[in-house]
Amino acid sequence: MTGRRDTTGSAGSRLLGVSALVGVAVLLLFAFVLTDPDVRVHPTTGEEFGQFDAVRLLYLHVPMAVLTYAAYILCAAASVGYLVRRTPWWDVTAYAAAEVGTVFCGLVLVTGSIWGRPVWNTWWEWGDVRLMTTLVLFLLFLGYLALRRTTVDPRHQARRAAVVALVAVLDIPLVNRSVEWWENRTLHQQSTLTELKIQDLTLFTLMLGFVVFGLVGAWLLLHRFRVGWLEQAAAEHGVAMAIAERHAELDMPDVDAAVGDAGDGP
Amino acid sequence: MRDVFADALLIAAKDLRIEARSRVLVNQVAPFALLVLVLFGFALDADQRTLRTFAPGLFWVAVLLASLLAVQRSTSLEHADGAHTGLRLSGMAPSSVFLGKAAAVFVQLAVLEVLLVVGIVVLYGSTVEDPLLLVVSGLAAGVSVAATGTLYGALASGLGVRETLLPILLLPVLAPVLIGATRAFDDALGAAAVDGWAWLGLLVVFGLVATVLGALAHGALIED
Amino acid sequence: MTHLAYLVAGWGIALVVLGVYGFGLLRRGRRLTGQVPAGQRRWLTSPGDDGRGG
Repeated sequence: MTGRRDTTGSAGSRLLGVSALVGVAVLLLFAFVLTDPDVRVHPTTGEEFGQFDAVRLLYLHVPMAVLTYAAYILCAAASVGYLVRRTPWWDVTAYAAAEVGTVFCGLVLVTGSIWGRPVWNTWWEWGDVRLMTTLVLFLLFLGYLALRRTTVDPRHQARRAAVVALVAVLDIPLVNRSVEWWENRTLHQQSTLTELKIQDLTLFTLMLGFVVFGLVGAWLLLHRFRVGWLEQAAAEHGVAMAIAERHAELDMPDVDAAVGDAGDGP
Repeated sequence: MRDVFADALLIAAKDLRIEARSRVLVNQVAPFALLVLVLFGFALDADQRTLRTFAPGLFWVAVLLASLLAVQRSTSLEHADGAHTGLRLSGMAPSSVFLGKAAAVFVQLAVLEVLLVVGIVVLYGSTVEDPLLLVVSGLAAGVSVAATGTLYGALASGLGVRETLLPILLLPVLAPVLIGATRAFDDALGAAAVDGWAWLGLLVVFGLVATVLGALAHGALIED
Repeated sequence: MTHLAYLVAGWGIALVVLGVYGFGLLRRGRRLTGQVPAGQRRWLTSPGDDGRGG
């Protein structure tokens, strides 16, 4: 082999990364320059109301939310795949998807809170279905990641993590339903997201956001997968090296002599 | 099928017998739960009327925190002196081990709940307006917590960090139980105008799913 | 622009966090590829890659 690869990059991932960066730049252009703020005029009093420029946060917040769900669904699917197939590929994918998903989920909560302050006049809103469900989802996968980081037999860890991921995903509808009923009881206001005046350009920018953050997410997922794969390979390699060292320590020339030239590997 | 339940009964009886002898629930977990109620009283610094309004929520938070101790205790029984290896070698189905242990935890939680109801009546001035709803929802939530807790106790076991890992794994999953049980108790204690029986449905569903899932998953977890 | 501070905070935090996470991944990847001999690195190339770095 001529060149020595020393990064997790490849031709494909570099193309993906560059596209993502360009996409983010274009999205910023659309979000901040080309689209208008959300301004509506009250029919009777004539005064202006609406989200004004805060709506520009939604081009960030909503795509990241979609990506969060996509990542967690991938994690659940990969967890099922692992429980059925028991190969490391599924396990590494599940872990990577969970970590990337949790990064996005945390950002969704933060950006949502930042959006909510000027629009709802509060940083947090107990009883909002989406908020509660996303918060519990975040906590569930924080637990998943904590479990992953405990040092234990990798096979056991993979199996336990897979069960945790599945239970987490199954729990979500129950959480959603219970908060929904709770919300109805306390009669909280509906989210103003649904009242948003979706013009053509707003819709296009939102779609652009989905594509751009999809690229960003894919790039992160790809590299996180490769990192995870390397971690497993490095661990196995470490074990193999330790065994080889031990053999060398024990000084086993007899075996080498007996094996001789026939021992040349591929 | 009968074997599964018979074995489960054996396991449950074993765990409860150990509890009867060691009295961990009575001496440690129950006082802890009562202590949580007392701490809320101090922290909220509120009059009786306010405490009565919050009593259902405070009750279930206390139960959830105490259940962490009960589950950890239940799981640690199997790891003392390598008992879990003996259990595996005994040829019992993993699902019966799960059902037995969950049943034992459930019994302990039920006792705890009775104690805490007395606690909130005395400390917060709660009044029981619908005893049937109180009992049924308490049982349904108890099954949910016991089953989910036993599953997660197994998931977090043998890692050396069980005490700190179990809470962050288990408590978020129980969010629907907390919401549902609190609403049911709101109705049963007359603390809020809510249809508690509707919430009971959620608790029952959760309990059933948790029990079935736990029985199935336990096998996948303790096999090698 | 109204609510500018919120916009800067929201977009800023998101892009910074994603950027830091991305760089962290690249760094982890760099460190790990050093630890693993070349023959064992599967799943790291795209179809059409000839194994060259850079």
